[in-house]
Amino acid sequence: MKFTRSWLAAHLDTDADLTTIAETLTRIGLELEGIEDRAAALAPFRIARVISAVPHPDADRLRACMVDAGDGVPVSVVCGAPNARTGMMAVFAPPGSFIPGTGITLKTGRIRGVESAGMLLSAREMGLGEDHSGIVDLPEDAPLGASYAAWAGLDDAVIEISVTPNRGDALGVRGIARDLAAAGIGRLKPFAPAPVAPAYPSPITWKIAAPEACPFVLGRAVRGLKNGESPRWLRERLTAIGLRPINALVDITNYFTFDLGRPLHVFDVAKLSGPTLTLRPGANETMRALNGRDYVLGAEDCVIADAAGVQSLAGVMGGEASGCTADTTEVFVECALFDPVRVALSGRRHQITSDARQRFERGIDAALMPDALEAATAMILELCGGEASAVAAAGAMPARARDARLRFSRLAELGGAAIAPDTAVASLAALGFSQVARDADSVTVAVPSWRNDVAAPIALDQAPGLDPARAVAAAEGCAAIEAECDLVEEVLRIAGLDAIPPVSLPVLAPVPPASLTEAQSRTARVRRVLAAQGLVECVTFSFMDRTRAAYFGETPAALTLLNPIAADLDQLRPGPLATLALAASRNGARGYADAALFEIGPGFVAAPEASQRAIAAGLRSGATPRAWNAPARPVGMFDAKADLFAALAVLGVPMEALSVTADAPSCFHPGRSGVVRQGPKAVLGVFGELHPSVLAALGMAGPAAGFELFLDAVALPKKRRRAAPVLSAFQPVRRDFAFVVDATVPAEALLRAARGAERTLIAGVVLFDRFAGGALGAGKVSLGIEVTFQPVAATLTEAEIEAASAKVVAAVAKATGAVLR
Amino acid sequence: MTDDLAVLQAETETALADAADLRALEAVRVAVLGKSGRLTALLKALGAAAPEERRARGAALNLAKDAITAAIEARRAALEAAALDARLSAERLDPSLPPAPGPAGLIHPISRTIEEMAAIFGAMGFTVGEGLDVETDWFNFSALNIPAHHPARADHDTFYLPGTRDGRPLLLRTQTSDVQIISMLNQEPPLRVIAPGRTYRADHDATHSPMFHQCEGLVIDRAITLGHLKGCLIDFLRAFFGIASLPVRFRSSYFPFTEPSMEVDIGWNRRTGELGAGGDWLEILGSGMVHPRVLANCGLDPRVWQGFAFGMGIERVTMLKHGIADLRPFFEGDLRWLRHYGSSPLAPAMLHEGV
Repeated sequence: MKFTRSWLAAHLDTDADLTTIAETLTRIGLELEGIEDRAAALAPFRIARVISAVPHPDADRLRACMVDAGDGVPVSVVCGAPNARTGMMAVFAPPGSFIPGTGITLKTGRIRGVESAGMLLSAREMGLGEDHSGIVDLPEDAPLGASYAAWAGLDDAVIEISVTPNRGDALGVRGIARDLAAAGIGRLKPFAPAPVAPAYPSPITWKIAAPEACPFVLGRAVRGLKNGESPRWLRERLTAIGLRPINALVDITNYFTFDLGRPLHVFDVAKLSGPTLTLRPGANETMRALNGRDYVLGAEDCVIADAAGVQSLAGVMGGEASGCTADTTEVFVECALFDPVRVALSGRRHQITSDARQRFERGIDAALMPDALEAATAMILELCGGEASAVAAAGAMPARARDARLRFSRLAELGGAAIAPDTAVASLAALGFSQVARDADSVTVAVPSWRNDVAAPIALDQAPGLDPARAVAAAEGCAAIEAECDLVEEVLRIAGLDAIPPVSLPVLAPVPPASLTEAQSRTARVRRVLAAQGLVECVTFSFMDRTRAAYFGETPAALTLLNPIAADLDQLRPGPLATLALAASRNGARGYADAALFEIGPGFVAAPEASQRAIAAGLRSGATPRAWNAPARPVGMFDAKADLFAALAVLGVPMEALSVTADAPSCFHPGRSGVVRQGPKAVLGVFGELHPSVLAALGMAGPAAGFELFLDAVALPKKRRRAAPVLSAFQPVRRDFAFVVDATVPAEALLRAARGAERTLIAGVVLFDRFAGGALGAGKVSLGIEVTFQPVAATLTEAEIEAASAKVVAAVAKATGAVLR
Repeated sequence: MTDDLAVLQAETETALADAADLRALEAVRVAVLGKSGRLTALLKALGAAAPEERRARGAALNLAKDAITAAIEARRAALEAAALDARLSAERLDPSLPPAPGPAGLIHPISRTIEEMAAIFGAMGFTVGEGLDVETDWFNFSALNIPAHHPARADHDTFYLPGTRDGRPLLLRTQTSDVQIISMLNQEPPLRVIAPGRTYRADHDATHSPMFHQCEGLVIDRAITLGHLKGCLIDFLRAFFGIASLPVRFRSSYFPFTEPSMEVDIGWNRRTGELGAGGDWLEILGSGMVHPRVLANCGLDPRVWQGFAFGMGIERVTMLKHGIADLRPFFEGDLRWLRHYGSSPLAPAMLHEGV
């Protein structure tokens, strides 16, 4: 919402300076967006008279002028403008002034021998347009020595505020003036337009066939008018706030839209068919609107129609066919009350934003309608001449008897503010809330017709499944106190929130309990352990392009955005591994192919309904770092597995209970990937090298290996007291075994068999060697394991060691078919 | 001492001096003190000496033996020291060689900020709540007093999904305020909850990202006032930015789900970006007393329960705290940016270490 200082002064009697006005607006919730003070840049420029202008003695294209800038002392100025002539009135810039159009600060100098102590300005040099054909040629009667900006009406600062959705009344200058007056910086001027006597019956009558969309409408014709250009003051006000003056009638509707927040529409009576305008639902009719576009208006839209069809989309935009032009001689002014919700939905459905819609959907001042129509009629008569008809009306002004009660104690109990009852009542009165009743503890006020946001009808949308008694009590409580909250807000707004003393929250416990749940703490530990593994945390988008998402999982339509912001951000990702791969690819494209990244974030699934899983994912691409004592090597499956297992370990997963199967999803290399399982059903994670076709599709040159850990699938560890450790006094014995086994046998099976061979004695099994080829023959591998026997009762004898070793060999052979090498 | 012993001793010392290594030294020792060594032989011969000579001879032999033994051990120590010096010299490495590169992982600044928020609000008795990225319009809008026709819905640039849940359209949440609803429905008050998380709006330019993060806050109790809202947020902002005197300003505003509503500004210098001084104000978060309709929608009687809520942009406060100029790199995974702004996993946000 934009307005000018002088426009505000039309409604507000104040001597406050611009800074005070700006600060007050922001303080009371009409946040200042900016002030455009065009006068500031033009301040040094004065209206001057060219005493004489003669050709420069030494330059063909220059003129040597003597200029009177108002102080009676002639100044010599060399000027290049072809139109500089003796006796003209012009704009003079003295030395030292900054010229906006050229960016130069003037200095006194000599131009080819003639002194030049200032400059005569073109419009472009003043930053006021592109005209540089000559210097500004002012009328004879322009006041010598006066500020050019003031004379030209350019000293009127343009103020822009952002108006919150609840404050339809602040979309009019008068509403803003009222708030400022209530905040103590001036007095609201009275507004009581004199009625215009009707000269003839209205040629148009209203018919309301959609009372739910339009409960009340007024209209009035003016005939014998001339719809010319608006006067300068009106054009300047509209131009200042960014509106283009069109013709007087249209400008007047725009003026009242911003002056009173009261949208009006004007029909050219000559272009209407029949004597009746009907407010009714649309019937899938097409209307070309004033913006030149065609709209098909349906039953959910309220339209204004004549005998020929739709002439206006009510409250949103008028039609081109019956619009007013320079030829209009008789106009019919519409001043209506439209249902805010219907206007909002119509506007959204047809994607029309208009100043009218913006006001109707926030609610307008119904009580203002008769006065607004009188004021508009008077202005039409003043600017365009003619005579006014009687007022045509249909429907009835809604009865407005909304009262609201404020218990003064609530200012402290809810607002934390110490505000005297008299102060609160005075603030409310200044905002138009007139006192209905008052006692020691409370005041009851009538809500003004322009404050549709206060004591509004309660509309709840309570959670399904609430206990009915509880739901009813809550609804009753809301009905009982909502209007009071509205009033508390108004009083605090005007008093200023800075006056409320801050109070730290009461301490609930001397030592606060943990703010994270166990699951949240575990996620935090996973984040730290993955970073400690050397992975750098990323936060990537939850959406990506559907084609590439398909490499990493399902891309059901249920997870495709209906309105993506870009084609490559249209699908919710299956998991963070997918977007990490994109990040690694981007890093590769920038010349950083060796990336080690991780992310903890959602992956999305469609079944049984759209939902999400918490996933920790990591990805390493390219090679390990090069170093003089450790050569670089390509990253591989076991890098990803190490990262995944480090995270699982920090989650407290019993690692010996995990198994790995080779059935990972298709984004992985089928022979270099695995699925980590706990028990027969729970899948805790997947890992492996990315499939070569995925790498190719993502434009990744080198290898990449990654994992996803499904955090929700990892059960919380059981809380139980741990037994004391057994610290044996006897020496452990370590024995190495080499087994030859089919290459298809998982190493895990062999290790598990060895571990289980003699549970009380075997403290650890380590795979230290894996060898294939040579004399073993195809399809065989040799696995070397070191078994640690830890006795607790006595030192092992050679015979006992032999017996235990034999058990290991037998158990491994039984489980895997392996033979001792 | 007799001459023969003096000679032996002198010859042994010469031999020791000539012994260049421990093996040569051992040969000298054996030749003198070994089983058939020269001194050993003299000792054996002592028994054959006349009794009156035996005493003096014995003493002389012992003296000679001690002297020779000491000379051998002295030489041994010298040779060992030399050998060690030689070994150390041979083992010398260039200490300026770089160590093997260790893990260089880092925590993303957004995670870091969320950790700091959890630590600071945790000290004020808050727990951390969670919501869903894919949410129904009821949780995201309707329950928060933003009905279908409300102008605020249009302001949110919402991403929609095809399906429904509980019969309500699905969307990507535009704000973390849904966690207010979740918290009030799932827990009995009093409540103190913050909810950091991902949020989505269809807006993409230098200062807007289609995905970003907010941190919601909710306090519900019987006697929580707007004064507590101010106190809580001032306490947080001063702790978070580490500026005890940070100016904080509260301005009236409007949000559908709070009343009264207010924007919160902090003092800074617009030109230098320095926080805490400079006379300019920077909007940093929105807040207000929870709207009675929101309480009622969640089954709380607004005559009994009241409180405040707030929401702040996590990227925004992170950018301010660390002087990060551009929003977009937060989500690009550019290693160079991450290495510059990431933080160590070994220095998590802990109040007793200072956040």
